Amino acid sequence: MKPASFSYLLPKTVPEAVKMIAEHSGDARFIAGGQSLVPMMNFRLARPSVLIDLNRIPDLSYIKDRGDYIAVGAMTRERMIENSDIVRDMCPLVHDATLNIAHLPIRSRGTIGGSISNADPAAEYPATMLALDAFMVAKSERGEREIGAADFFDGVLSTSLEADEILTEVRIPKAPANSGSAFIEISRRQGDYALAGIAAQVTLDDDENIIGIQLAACGVGPGPVRLNQVEDGVRGTTLTAEILSNAKEAATAAVDPEGDVHATAAYRRKLTGVMTERALRKAVLRAVGKK
Amino acid sequence: MLDEPLRQSGGYIGQSVPRREDRNLLLGKGQFVADIQLPGMLHVAFARSPLAHATIGTVDVDSALAINGVHFAASGSDVCAELPPINGMQVVTPQGWRDRVDTDILIPDQPLVPEDRVRYVGEAYAMVAADSRYIAEDALEQIEVEFEPLPPLPDAESALKDDAVLVHEQLGRNVAALLHTRKGDGADAMESCPHRLSRRFVHHRYAAMPMETRGVVAEYDGRTDTLTVWSSTQVVHWVRREISTALEMPEERIRCVAPDVGGGFGGKGHVYPEDILVAWLAKKLRRPIKWVEDRHEHILNAAHSRDNIYDVEIGFDDRGKIHVVTSSFIVDSGAYTPVGAGIAGNSIAHMLGPYDIPHYETDCKVVLTNRTPNAPYRGAGRPEVGFAMERAVDIVANHLDLDPAVVRFRNMIPPEAMPYDVGLTYRDGVPMVYDSGDYPEALRRALDALGGLEVIRKRQKDAWANGKYLGLGLGCYVEGTGVGPFEGATIKIDSTGKIMVATGACPQGQGHETVFAQFAADMWHVPIEDVYVTVADTADITLGYGTIASRSTVTASGAIKIASDKIQEKALTIAANMLEVGEADLEMRDAGVGVVGIPDMHVTWREIACAAKPGWDNQRPIGVDAGLEATSYYEPPTVTWAYAANAALVWIDTDTGKLEIEKYVEVHDAGVLVNPGLADGQVKGGLVQGLGGALLEELAYDEQGQLLTGSFADYLMPTASDVPPIEVLHMETPSPLNVFGVKGLGEGGAIAPPVVIANAVCDALRPFKAELNSTPVRWQDIAAITENADRQQNMRADQEA
Ligand SMILES: Cc1cc2nc3c(=O)[nH]c(=O)nc-3n(C[C@H](O)[C@H](O)[C@H](O)COP(=O)(O)OP(=O)(O)OC[C@H]3O[C@@H](n4cnc5c(N)ncnc54)[C@H](O)[C@@H]3O)c2cc1C
Repeated sequence: MKPASFSYLLPKTVPEAVKMIAEHSGDARFIAGGQSLVPMMNFRLARPSVLIDLNRIPDLSYIKDRGDYIAVGAMTRERMIENSDIVRDMCPLVHDATLNIAHLPIRSRGTIGGSISNADPAAEYPATMLALDAFMVAKSERGEREIGAADFFDGVLSTSLEADEILTEVRIPKAPANSGSAFIEISRRQGDYALAGIAAQVTLDDDENIIGIQLAACGVGPGPVRLNQVEDGVRGTTLTAEILSNAKEAATAAVDPEGDVHATAAYRRKLTGVMTERALRKAVLRAVGKK
Repeated sequence: MLDEPLRQSGGYIGQSVPRREDRNLLLGKGQFVADIQLPGMLHVAFARSPLAHATIGTVDVDSALAINGVHFAASGSDVCAELPPINGMQVVTPQGWRDRVDTDILIPDQPLVPEDRVRYVGEAYAMVAADSRYIAEDALEQIEVEFEPLPPLPDAESALKDDAVLVHEQLGRNVAALLHTRKGDGADAMESCPHRLSRRFVHHRYAAMPMETRGVVAEYDGRTDTLTVWSSTQVVHWVRREISTALEMPEERIRCVAPDVGGGFGGKGHVYPEDILVAWLAKKLRRPIKWVEDRHEHILNAAHSRDNIYDVEIGFDDRGKIHVVTSSFIVDSGAYTPVGAGIAGNSIAHMLGPYDIPHYETDCKVVLTNRTPNAPYRGAGRPEVGFAMERAVDIVANHLDLDPAVVRFRNMIPPEAMPYDVGLTYRDGVPMVYDSGDYPEALRRALDALGGLEVIRKRQKDAWANGKYLGLGLGCYVEGTGVGPFEGATIKIDSTGKIMVATGACPQGQGHETVFAQFAADMWHVPIEDVYVTVADTADITLGYGTIASRSTVTASGAIKIASDKIQEKALTIAANMLEVGEADLEMRDAGVGVVGIPDMHVTWREIACAAKPGWDNQRPIGVDAGLEATSYYEPPTVTWAYAANAALVWIDTDTGKLEIEKYVEVHDAGVLVNPGLADGQVKGGLVQGLGGALLEELAYDEQGQLLTGSFADYLMPTASDVPPIEVLHMETPSPLNVFGVKGLGEGGAIAPPVVIANAVCDALRPFKAELNSTPVRWQDIAAITENADRQQNMRADQEA
């Protein structure tokens, strides 16, 4: 379990990194926290001939309030997000999601950019970004573009980032007033990737009708799954037992997971329903509690 | 039976002396095999089979050899041309056992690197040595090999089919061992039983997963024609023996050392091909050679364990008294069986557990398949059979609508019946007699630690009434410990008067250096600092057995005692001469020998050691030969019987099947505890491993014989956050079989958790009338039980409407 040989580049700025990836496009990989990439390299499943290390680019690590949204630099550690007041106050779902990622030593190295670029279908951030309609900022020598989450994630460990692009920033819309959110997942051990997880955010009007709902699942598809039909069934209602039970059923029907050694497809589907019910209930309770 | 003077000295035995090993480990100064760096050392890597079963065609290592930094590459035929296979049966069973248990054993030898056929995914088919492990792995990618796939035998049942291909053609069958034994009227007793139940129980495959993987470093000295081998092993003397055989070198020219070893748990308890290959290559290339197993290799290639299927029938009466148990079980032994039928032998001997059951019959097939070889892992046959038996007891209780605790009390051997003749033969060839203990008391204490049976049942009823599910899981076992054939100890008193102790034990974290020092300090009446202990080094003791099978405290203490007695007898003679008194007036005290009642008349061990030296002006009486040193071998009469009662309270979330252990209790009795703190740690560590096996750890294969859980991303070890509240309580019923009253306890903790958890889940879900008779206990299976029940209820409701 030793990686194949590679050459190593250490850019100090984003433009430098962009230039390097353009030069080696195809054979090069960025390394962020290394928590996903290094194991892949040790198994020789990933064998980049050039490794571009983003860890010495200070400009990529920040959390900023930009009015409608918060901006998180790609190299921001998961641990820093976990501890950020801005995130907890303005995007509480992201805070909740972070608490479900791995263990402290891994969060201390792992980055939001790495997690999102890696796009593991069971990871918390991709589903969270999909639920929250976040935007990813990608840069290359060709320029800069902003990609909506719905267009960003496309299949297992795959994104719409081009080979010469670097993810620099994630833009996460702030939670509306009167909203509540919850990230609920089930995993075989604490800190493992989810067997099924749900990111939920609801917005209530003054009569506690659900006027906004954002729901996405992880662990139960080739990528994060936005649960549009479930949202449709809940939007405009107050959360009665019946609505909840319908939502549970709809979520179960909405996903088409694969089975593996950890869980059968049927079990994952069932869990999607249960997690949906629990996340919705908790999100609504939190929204009500805020008022 | 306890040696009174020892106890009176208010000594170290019985105290939680802090581990002397810990200083180095905590300072980061431990030395593991991977830490060894020698000048000019080469690194070995093995090409491992991607197929479960295939004929090997040509293996071309030329392109590998062409890589810069590669010094050696060999195929299986290159290796087989120079080295014999490793003996298929590394542990021989005694005639006494073979006579009393019907056996039919055909164990295949294991080629060090096979030339004709690979038999499991991960088996080596070629090896390289290079300047670094990186280069060695680059070279592996260049080896060209032709495999002709053979039909894989992914599990024991497919290997037993009539038309199954043979894993080892020369054996003519896929069964390495057939065993059969019987007590009382055996299966014939079934007919007269008012109740009979039959069930199949499956205990899945998981394995020792030490934090330190295996590893070997070897260095050859041409001037003296000696080999030094450092191996992360539990059995240095076995490793030396097998290297000696393979290389045709005298054992005395080979030194085998296990430096600090980061866990073994049985997985390092036998000799592997790599031990021999690395030693061979060091001699062949005249350069130090290193191989350190990586985690993926460990999971693929280090021995697996468990993996049994039991078909059990149990006959009992209305009161739940069990009259007869029969079982027919198969062990998936994988492609080789390095410790022969040892595990199955254990299972046979341990099925009846703490119960008084007059009739018993069992037969077993140890089956060869295309899985990784199976060898003992902490518990070694006892968790497997315990799962079958203790589930069966709960099923009997449910059948009669009795409490499983009550059924256990009704069947347990009472303390008055000790020593209890079981009517079977242990694998040391000696008739099994439980030596001492109070089994029902252990169970009572376990229940009390959870609040008492009545309170538990009341809480359970309340939970059910509220749509919640709480279950009580029980699991009781007995464990033969301290098995022979022997252990050795060498004691020397050097001219500084310090006590040097060397034994054949090979610790992997147990704290032997501390515990053996406690024994020796008490035997020699010295401060513990005066005792120096060496372990796991063949240079320090000629014959040794090693640390497997919960044996070292029992067997090494015996050897230390015999050797000490021998020297002390002589030392007293010399002291009598020095003090000019009769020996009868002497006693050992204050780091030496003194005249009883006269404090001033005393000579120290140092003075006696100087007096005992050969040469001019020595003070030995005529006829007493020089030196204070002795080597002795303790051959225990048979095993001592530790036992335990386990109980746990478990909550089930019926929506997800997720279970949460509220509390897990083990009441454990291993006789006199030499170091209670270490004993406690041993049991707790074992419990966590048992829980890992019960719930998380699984070596899963597909139909092609591919291992599906080849890394820690999929092979799930319990981590600190997965450990529930655990309470371990100790009873101390001395064993009458040795002077210290000790029994072994290394394995115990790992035995019961799988069945305790399964029993707890079934107990919680009694309203659903569910049975879980296989491991691992999966949330998804629990969820399926409750979901199906929901569905049935709905259907019934629909029909009624
Ligand atoms: C034991 C363990 C448990 C874990 N459990 C979880 C869990 O429960 N949930 C979870 O979500 N994650 C989990 N992880 C993964 C962890 O969160 C990783 O840190 C994360 O997925 C990847 O982040 P990284 O910074 O380490 O990225 P790296 O491993 O460095 O990179 C991952 C991939 O992203 C690419 N990349 C990185 N940064 C950029 C960029 N700026 N632009 C373009 N491409 C980029 C890399 O080239 C690589 O392909 C776990 C990891 C471990 C080791």
